[in-house]
Amino acid sequence: MITDKPRGLRAHLPILYPAVTLMVFFVIPFGIMLAVSFFQREPGGFYTTDFSIDNYGNLFTALFGRVLAFSIFISAFCAALCVAVGFPFTYLITRMRRRAQVVWLVALVSVLSLSAVIVAFAWSIMLSQTAGVSNLLVWLGLMETPVSWSPGFWALTCGMCYIAFPYTVLVLYPPLSRLDPHLPEASQTLGASPVATFFTVVVGSLRSAIVATLIMVFAFTLGTYLIPQILGRPQHWTLSVLITDEAIYRSNLPFAAAMSVFFMVVSLALVGLTMLAGKTRKPAPQ
Amino acid sequence: MAGLDFKDIDKRFGSVVAVRNVNLRIPHGRFVCFLGPSGCGKTTLLRLIAGLEQPTSGRILLEDKDITDQPAHQRNFGMVFQSLALFPHLTVEENIAYSLRIRKKDAAACRRRVDELLELVRLPGYARRHISQLSGGQRQRVAIARALAIEPRLFLLDEPLSALDAKLREDMQLELRMLQQRLGVTTILVTHDQREAMTMSDLIVVMGTDNQIHQMGSPLAIYRHPADTFVADFIGTSNLLKGVYRGGRGEVAVSGKTLNVEVMPAGVTAGSAISISVRPEDIFVVAGAREGENHLQGKVAFVRDVGSSVEIYLDCNGFQIISQSTPKGRPAVQQGDTATAVLPPSACVVLTA
Repeated sequence: MITDKPRGLRAHLPILYPAVTLMVFFVIPFGIMLAVSFFQREPGGFYTTDFSIDNYGNLFTALFGRVLAFSIFISAFCAALCVAVGFPFTYLITRMRRRAQVVWLVALVSVLSLSAVIVAFAWSIMLSQTAGVSNLLVWLGLMETPVSWSPGFWALTCGMCYIAFPYTVLVLYPPLSRLDPHLPEASQTLGASPVATFFTVVVGSLRSAIVATLIMVFAFTLGTYLIPQILGRPQHWTLSVLITDEAIYRSNLPFAAAMSVFFMVVSLALVGLTMLAGKTRKPAPQ
Repeated sequence: MAGLDFKDIDKRFGSVVAVRNVNLRIPHGRFVCFLGPSGCGKTTLLRLIAGLEQPTSGRILLEDKDITDQPAHQRNFGMVFQSLALFPHLTVEENIAYSLRIRKKDAAACRRRVDELLELVRLPGYARRHISQLSGGQRQRVAIARALAIEPRLFLLDEPLSALDAKLREDMQLELRMLQQRLGVTTILVTHDQREAMTMSDLIVVMGTDNQIHQMGSPLAIYRHPADTFVADFIGTSNLLKGVYRGGRGEVAVSGKTLNVEVMPAGVTAGSAISISVRPEDIFVVAGAREGENHLQGKVAFVRDVGSSVEIYLDCNGFQIISQSTPKGRPAVQQGDTATAVLPPSACVVLTA
């Protein structure tokens, strides 16, 4: 471990690059957004420099509250779904032979090359009445008439999970592949069935990885604004849609900025709470 | 009493043979070591017993009941893995009580049993610690306690001591052996360390690189009467001399010399090629070139004096003889001197394979 503090400009040079990058790409844009959120909108124009908290006051409407709650709910729901399906899926991949693992991972990564637009329209066609999977079910005799499932809540869920699933697997893969294969074997020799082993040992020992993945997928899906517009009904539009609407179509940049800042604070608070809850128990002091 | 039986066990991984044609009976209540070089299939054999692998062919019987198809979690065996495989997210107590919790034992009974086991492995007061807070030797003990929690029908150990340093390993060998004697549980230990096997076991099963069992017997029987050259070479140090049986009362031609052996196994005919194995501690070395029965003259190539014992490496016209003696019986020879090795006929064991 390096214990000496760096001295002089030369020793500080290596940390200059990340510091500058962080400033230019994250701190400055966020600072601008934060500043704009206190500005005054100029009807018919842009905005004027000001310091008013009216924009934040305007947030407390039933519509904003409902959209905020739905955004958080759908992201948390998709995160839970992705991890619930992705964790056993990734576990099975890591138990495969090397070559099979590569094939599966390459197939998953190739999904990432599809843009959200393509994914959204593909799902809307697949779930449509005229050309969707319900026709297949009618042909198989499982349904009476073809129906339209898009737009709707489940269509939106499908689209969002489809986008987030490869990331889920890629984040879970390293900790799962590092899991000592003797751990599940040990629990079996101790009398645990394969199912009990999976829940008590595999899930148990990877708790922090699961929480980290939940947070990652949650944060990732919070930002989607295209998929809800294509696969969801207006009541399924997320806060990202509302912000885009406000900023681009109504040119109310200060209000959009205030929404963004508030959204971010709420999300961060939720992430913090999840981390606190998922923290592994502290070893007892001796 | 019946024990564990292997009947014609074969195990292949694809085209690789891991265990070949194993027929074995392990008596109840004994400490048995599977001993062999790496890759000989000893760990596979242990995993077959545990139910973590399925044999390609053959049956495994425990107390005359076929357990070949029984899944691992229904066998009630305790196993200690080479990596120990302690659950990192659980405390010492939770690790040890894992098998009891799975069997839905009540909390009070679990706590009593954990305390009992911690006492047994001499770690009282460690229940609430995390695995990461323990030293290598302590983890070892927790792994042993965890495997013993349900009073297993068989206690299986896969090179559990190999990660410990030499001193601790020797201590643990004694401790483990005395623990097994106290509990009387049938125990199978896999190791590549012949000293460890000799220290701990009632019976040693020697496996070779051909993935077959070469010999099974008590440690001293195997040491004194190895079945073949592989066992003679693998267990302890052995002087192996190739020769031809001349006939008569055990006369063997070894590179221009004639050696007498006391016991010639039945069925060896004059003219057949054999090997003679002599343990270093049975060979005397005297200074100077002497003549006599089973005297081999040579030059001292090296003297290894480690204080507790002295080994003399003698170069005898192309083959090497290693002699071992106590410091008191050390012959007066130095590196480069001419000396004679004396091989008592009674110490010469004839091997036909």
